[in-house]
Amino acid sequence: MTARILVTSLLLFVSLLMTENLLAAELSFKPGIEFQSLDIQNMQNDDFQNPGMLFVDAGEQLASTPVGKTNKACIDCHEKFDGVARQFPKFNSRLKQTVSLTSQVLACRTDHQQAEALSYESKTALSLTTYVTHQSRGLSYHDVDDGLSEAIARGRDYYYSRKGQLNLACVHCHEQNSGKFLRGDLISHGVSTGYPIYRLEWQGMGSLHRRFRACDIGVRAEPAIMGGQVYTELELYLRTRETGLTITAPGVRR
Amino acid sequence: MIKARIAIPSDVAVGDSIEIKTLVSHPMESGFRLDYGGEVIPRAIIETFEVRYLDEQVFTMQFGPGIAANPYVSFYLTAEQSGQIEFIWMEQGGEITEIVRDINVTAS
Repeated sequence: MTARILVTSLLLFVSLLMTENLLAAELSFKPGIEFQSLDIQNMQNDDFQNPGMLFVDAGEQLASTPVGKTNKACIDCHEKFDGVARQFPKFNSRLKQTVSLTSQVLACRTDHQQAEALSYESKTALSLTTYVTHQSRGLSYHDVDDGLSEAIARGRDYYYSRKGQLNLACVHCHEQNSGKFLRGDLISHGVSTGYPIYRLEWQGMGSLHRRFRACDIGVRAEPAIMGGQVYTELELYLRTRETGLTITAPGVRR
Repeated sequence: MIKARIAIPSDVAVGDSIEIKTLVSHPMESGFRLDYGGEVIPRAIIETFEVRYLDEQVFTMQFGPGIAANPYVSFYLTAEQSGQIEFIWMEQGGEITEIVRDINVTAS
């Protein structure tokens, strides 16, 4: 009798464990690199094969080059960038809006260095963003600020809203159909910890907002402005899904 | 001017076969693409890559317009003695970039 009770309780325990594991597997998102081929994974993991490292080098050089009317370099104000990327996107009280890391870099350039404004996707902006993000490699993004709950809600809305002629929302591909083939590629979980990425198809570096744009064009929707509020808030919402994942920038994608 | 990342193993004994990795920053513009105005973007590629070790050519490669931007090249080399390895890239138009790195080979 006792043996039977023991066996039953053991079975119950094991099945409980299994359901818990299943639940955990359902809720956690995998980083984008896990949906890439082994070749590309090796390319990202080897710093000497990863072409994104060229942009890290370029960014490091740019950060110590004085520019603009004030003739200041980034490193004249910022001693180091360790872990800086973890806080973004965050609310900038001077600009009175939520800014991504790249927008912050661009604002620093025009306001503090008084240099010529750069476009969001320019090589200089990308190199600096890649360099700064790389300094947080292996760390996770900070939990997003509760004060930004309205912005997060708007980002979440965008993520769940159907758009374009194909009438798809982000969630339809990246959660309901992730892991399936979309032509030659596996659909990822929409995790942004590898960005900025070096994409082989682009033959260069691209920001997360460029990826958003490419997705929007893919479902034949009107893309939003890179560096604008819509994409910054979407980026902010993505951060809330990435707890426990570490930053791997610069990532490599096909 | 080409910017390159070069990896040479640091702990090398005589007779070891070592892997040298190079990654260069270059657009490798094929000359077949059009810009937004419909004009051909002129070809701009690296033409040859040569490596010399102890004043002897040990590796050479011809690039074509089909090679992607920021090309990564790796090759193996038998370490004989300490000395210099010269990496020489020639771009279309004859511009030459030369980078020299030291290699430290210990007796096995």
